[in-house]
This record gives sequence, structure tokens and C-alpha cells, in this order.
Amino acid sequence: MLYAILCYHREDVVGSWTKEEDDAVMAKLSVVHEKLAREGRLGPVARLLPTTAATTLRKDSDPPLVIDGPFAETKEQLLGFYLVEGETLEQILDTARELGRANPGGSYEIRPVGLYHPAPAPVSTGA
Amino acid sequence: MAWINTALTAARPQAMGALLRYFRDLDTAEEAFQEASLRALKAWPRNGPPRDPAAWLIFVGRNATLDTVRRLARQQPLPDEDTLADGDGGEGDTEAELAERLDGAGYRDDILRLLFICCPPDLPATQQIAVALRIVSGLSVAEIARAFLVSDSAMEQRITRAKARITRSGVPFETPGAPERAARLGAVAAMLYLLFNEGYSAGGDTTERRAPLAHEAIRLARLLLRLFPSEPEIMGLLALMLLQQARSAARFDGEGNLVLLEDQDRGRWNAPMIAEGLALIDKAMRHGQPTPYLVQAAISALHARAATAAETDWTQIDLLYATLEHIQPSPVVTLNRSVATAKVRGPAAALAMIEPLGERLAGYFHFFGVKGAYLTQLGRTAEARVAFDRAIALAHTPAEAAHIRQHLDRLVRDAAPT
Repeated sequence: MLYAILCYHREDVVGSWTKEEDDAVMAKLSVVHEKLAREGRLGPVARLLPTTAATTLRKDSDPPLVIDGPFAETKEQLLGFYLVEGETLEQILDTARELGRANPGGSYEIRPVGLYHPAPAPVSTGA
Repeated sequence: MAWINTALTAARPQAMGALLRYFRDLDTAEEAFQEASLRALKAWPRNGPPRDPAAWLIFVGRNATLDTVRRLARQQPLPDEDTLADGDGGEGDTEAELAERLDGAGYRDDILRLLFICCPPDLPATQQIAVALRIVSGLSVAEIARAFLVSDSAMEQRITRAKARITRSGVPFETPGAPERAARLGAVAAMLYLLFNEGYSAGGDTTERRAPLAHEAIRLARLLLRLFPSEPEIMGLLALMLLQQARSAARFDGEGNLVLLEDQDRGRWNAPMIAEGLALIDKAMRHGQPTPYLVQAAISALHARAATAAETDWTQIDLLYATLEHIQPSPVVTLNRSVATAKVRGPAAALAMIEPLGERLAGYFHFFGVKGAYLTQLGRTAEARVAFDRAIALAHTPAEAAHIRQHLDRLVRDAAPT
């Protein structure tokens, strides 16, 4: 089964990391990523830009309302996500624990994926 | 224990802002925060990080300081006694409740106030920055002194004087109305851009010492935009900082000499920062108000979007500078515009554009550097040399002077008989 691992953390804390601290976390994470990729379990991975770059379209009005900023103002923000293949929830939790050791703090929300529609990769591969 | 310092740094503006509102006195608020931080260093490694570090610090800082006040004036009964925690404080439901109340208490205006009191118009820019780094960012006096290349005692004195001035002019505690809030945002934005430039413009051997100032300005601008997510001026400010900072690794060569934009290795530009800057410009444009920061950011974006210097859209840059001249007329803006004009219409047109500025920019390094470059292109070597000599005399950093010397060397080389 395919699972989404949604990464939540306090943006003000992550934003206070020095470049060296940020690089160190990314380096540790890439070790876990490579292992998952070798096992054929790693799907798309995304790190999102800060919520200050976010725009929200509220569809409950007609026409929909465009609002600056993230959908919800929360203590921890959605900063990125993984799609990972796993046999059981326990296996995904192990994966999440491993990612968490490389990148402590915050929370991972684990959500089974209902519909997955992989399209050819877009031209821009992000920053 | 690095995570504790990061958490304290991240929580500081909100905690200090709330403590300042509560005690209505800057020194007391700083002491309260200091005491709360000391207790955090003891309690957090034991108990793990609290769910809401800022709420914890506010709660503990407030109680610790009230305890002290109570000991000093035992005869005075204090209000809200039943809401105070006894021991290390800030646990479980109490903390959650407090966090709720904090959210309701306008912490946005708390943080904005904290930033705003650092920039009274009669306080010199460098002092505004120094006091903001001390109060809002929590840098030590020694760290700030190091960045500004002065002694600790000189910086201590400067900050003490600035704080006395802030106290004298009175901290505005009433909740601001829309016009006051806009004015505060404008003043804070200007201060943050000055802070950014202190870090960004540094060259040579001061680069390393000052680079953290640019990072701090970006961090605080992000914080401000999180608090006021629909302010196009703050979007523009943050975009401008990010797009400039994205080039920082390519701006100086191994010897600390300035590398001009057109000679920079674009592969060393920071792609995520550029992406974030471009996204912010996109968002800000929707508001349809071309503020000065936004127009400058848009100019920076055109450079960022060009894969090579030759692909730069100078016509568009010239137009954006014309907009900037309109909304924020200044000789420096015209001087900058002339660089784009030179690319589009040639050095003679550019020189004609800046010649009327000579009197107002008589003490400005860049004026003579740019003028020398146009004169060189027009083959007026003797006049170019005079302009370059003047520029060297006005240079602020060794990197600036070294850069002009390269121009002079080239003049000499080109003039030499072959």
C-alpha cells in the first residue's frame, strides 16, 4: 500500500536553522532516502517553500476567494511530504521513525493514499 | 543543546513582545525573558521541548519576575494570583489555556510593536539596527559589536543610549488602528532592509562577520509576513532580500573582490531562494500596488531569470526603473536606471541621464564608478581616470576600492603602446 508521510514542523524553528544545520539535516535524510529508493519503496518527495509563499483558494464562495497565506494558521506547518510504499502501518512507522532520527522535531502524519495518479514529470523540477 | 538555542531564538520575538506588553517596561521584559531562558535550559533537556515554547517562556518569565517583585514588595497584593503557576510552570492544560489566550491577545501587534519601538525616526539607522539585534534577535552585545567592528564597551554604550531614547519617547501600548499599523509596518520594513544591507553590502574581510545580519533580516521579514500575510509591501521586501541574497555566494571572488553581476557564476546562485522570491513577486503583483520594494524585487527577478548576462531583459529593467523613479524619485534610482539605459540606448544617453545628478551625488562612490565606466566606453579616457580616482577616494570598503582599481588598470593597459 502507498502511504503519504506529511511532514509538520514549526516553520519559525526550521527557518532559524543556519545553512550548516539545514545542510546537515538534508545530508542525513538523503541516506534514508537512498535506502528507501534501493528497496524500491520511495515515491515522489517534496520540500515545500515557506508558508509565506503560499496562496489559498477558498472554494466555499462563488467565485472562489483568493487569500494570501496558508489554508490554516497552525502552530506547526506542512513543510513537505513523501510517498512511500509499505506492507503494513508498522513498516511505515518504522520508516517514519528512521526519517525522524535524521530530522528530529515536529510530527509526521501518516495517511494511506486512496488514489495515486503518477503523471510524467513536469518540466520544472522545482528549485 | 543546539535545539534549545534554536527554539529560544525562534520564540524570542513573540515572547519578548508579550512580556513587553505585560510589564510595559523594556528592561523588565528583557530580564523576564532572560530568567525564563535560564529556566528553559534547565527544564527542557529534562522534560523535552514544550508544545508551545513561546507560551512557556511568557508564562515562566512573567511568573518569575512577579515572584521577584513580590519578594521586593511583600506588602503589595498582586492581581491574578490564582492564575500563577508555582514551580517550573508551563505544563499541561495551563499552558494550552495560556496559548489560547495569547492567540486572542493580538500577538501580531506585540511582535510588530517590539520591532517598531526599535525604529524611532530620530534614532540613527545603525543604532536602530543595533538595538533591534539586541532586543528582538537576542544577539549579545559582543556579537553586535563584532559585526559593527567596534569595541564591546562602545556598543554597550550605544545600545544603552538607544534604549534610553526609546523609553523617553514612550512605547505605544494601545492597539494600533489600520493607519498606525501600516505606518509601523513601513518603518519596520525600512529598518529590516537597512539591517539586510549591513550584511549584504559587506565585502572583504567583513563578509563573514556581517553575513549573519542579512540572514537575520530575512528571518525577521518572514516572521513579519507570517503575521501579516496580505501585505504586498512585506512580500516585496522579502522577495527583494531573497533575490539579492541568492547571489551572495557569487558576489565576491576568492580574494574578497567584488564580482559584477554580469561576471558572476550563475551556477552559484541559490535556486530555492530565487524560486521563493519569484513566488512572492507573483503573489504581490496580484495586489496591483507597485511599492518600491516590489519594483526593486521585480528588477532583481529579471536578473535572476536570465540564464546568462547576455540574456538580461534590459528594456524591461529600464521600464521598471522608470516606474521606480516615478513612485520613489531619487538621484540614486536615476543612477541605477542609467545602467539599464546604457545597455538599451548606449553610454552617451546614460551619461546624459546622470550628468545633472553630479551635484547631489558629489560624495557618492557609485556615481563616479558608473560615470567612469560610461566615459571609458565613450573613449574619453582622461575624464574616466578623474572619475575613477574620485570613486577610490570615496570607497567605503577595500573591495569597492579594489574593484575601481581594476578599471584603472584596464585604462592604463589599453592606453599602453603595443
